Amino acid sequence: MMDALRLYGRYVGISVRAQLTYRATFAMKAIGHLLVTGIEFLAIWALFARFGTLGGWTLREVGLLYAIVDIAFAINEATNRGFDKFDSILKKGDFDRMLLRPRSTILQLLGFELQLMRVGRLSQGIAVLVWASGSIAWSPGGGAFWTIESLEVWNAFTYGGNYAAGYPMDIYRRWFRRFFTAVVPLACTAYLPARAILGRDPIDAWHLAAPCAGIGFLVIALGVWRLGVRHHASTGT
Amino acid sequence: MNGYVAIIAARFRALLQYRAAAIGGLFTQTFFGLVRIMILEAFYAAAPLGVPIAFPQVVGYIWLGQATLLLVPWRSDEDVAEQIRSGTVVYELTRPLDLYGMWFARSLAWRTAPVLLRMLPMFVIAMLVIPIVAPGWQLAPPASVAAFAMWLACFAGAILVSSALTTLINITMLWTIAGDGVPMLVATAATIFGGLVIPLPLFPDWAQPVLYAMPFAGLLDLPSRVFTGSIGVDRAGLVLLHQLAWTLVLVAFGRWLLARGVRRMVVQGG
Repeated sequence: MMDALRLYGRYVGISVRAQLTYRATFAMKAIGHLLVTGIEFLAIWALFARFGTLGGWTLREVGLLYAIVDIAFAINEATNRGFDKFDSILKKGDFDRMLLRPRSTILQLLGFELQLMRVGRLSQGIAVLVWASGSIAWSPGGGAFWTIESLEVWNAFTYGGNYAAGYPMDIYRRWFRRFFTAVVPLACTAYLPARAILGRDPIDAWHLAAPCAGIGFLVIALGVWRLGVRHHASTGT
Repeated sequence: MNGYVAIIAARFRALLQYRAAAIGGLFTQTFFGLVRIMILEAFYAAAPLGVPIAFPQVVGYIWLGQATLLLVPWRSDEDVAEQIRSGTVVYELTRPLDLYGMWFARSLAWRTAPVLLRMLPMFVIAMLVIPIVAPGWQLAPPASVAAFAMWLACFAGAILVSSALTTLINITMLWTIAGDGVPMLVATAATIFGGLVIPLPLFPDWAQPVLYAMPFAGLLDLPSRVFTGSIGVDRAGLVLLHQLAWTLVLVAFGRWLLARGVRRMVVQGG
């Protein structure tokens, strides 16, 4: 385990050094990313300026929700670049080389690249979080925060899911809500924790179970991954 | 003229090959469309007094935006960027065609073929499937034949604006070879100010004159509003005027910029 962590640290070190070679390009990319992701919140702000409220939620409350999802997604994008580019890794035959090495493929893919430009989205998310938490009456339920993990294995619906999770789940139709609570635990990543933090719900078994949904989803995803690797037939290049 | 037509035809055939990507995109676009409609429906539920656009029109606007979203100039043309990076752009200068014209022809094909490929199935889903699955969320047909005809004209106008913007992005690659800075900025502005994220009429009233003075409004917003009837047939001519005026300005600026870029181009012999 310590060995794996040290190896991961090395992977990250190499990746960071490579990206900092071209500092101007990096700065431009990070600022560009900040703007690109910032427009999403600009749109939310515009809608609140026009309508005032969203099903009983205020702009700051939605901001809290948005920030949780945004920060989680930024971390996910930065660390999971290897899974993002997995199709090209597979096509080029690079995955076969990973299989030959005596370390887990997941560790190697995680270490593929730590994408620094995602600091743009991250700083934007943190800024919204700071602003949103300024005037919120915090309830003692903040502990549910770290369920963000479940976003990391979120590949099929990445961007759409991220977008949808930035708004309170109760505005969606029932079938949509059920799917994203029970099948894919999107609601557990931000919506349930945010409700607890805002004091909208008393803390009950559901909230305590939310992080478990993340872990459960991760376990299932890892299982599917193993299955896929076992059936992997190389392209032969 | 024949040369440009040949470029457009060749690019068109190449781009129409990407059918699998279109199907994948269709799923994502339907998903995004549904989420956006649900979000706006929830906002509209809060007594929308004095909201400048009615909810059914917003639904149509969102589907049209999803159907034609590839009009948004997201990236520079990869082949042109490669020409500039590798220096083979000087070969292009030896051809008996004007460089701006060639790049514009490429952009024109790039902003038409993929859009058509995705737009038609998206229309089928939004007009025929959605009413069965989720009544009230469908794309309603245009109010009249005249409105439809005007929309077609405005859609063509949007392709012109988009192509002029794409060509301009390509030209900036002459200065910023490695960075994606300018394309990223233009893409961001076009995404939000083109009407893809939320309908432009929903922005604050004080922002409206600025939003509609920009060329981006002609990409998705104005044509969609002609289709849904939020802009009447009688005023659709102004939309066309907006698009054509901006196309002329962008082409003129692009030509001027390209001429400057070519003048400072250094050809290394060998």
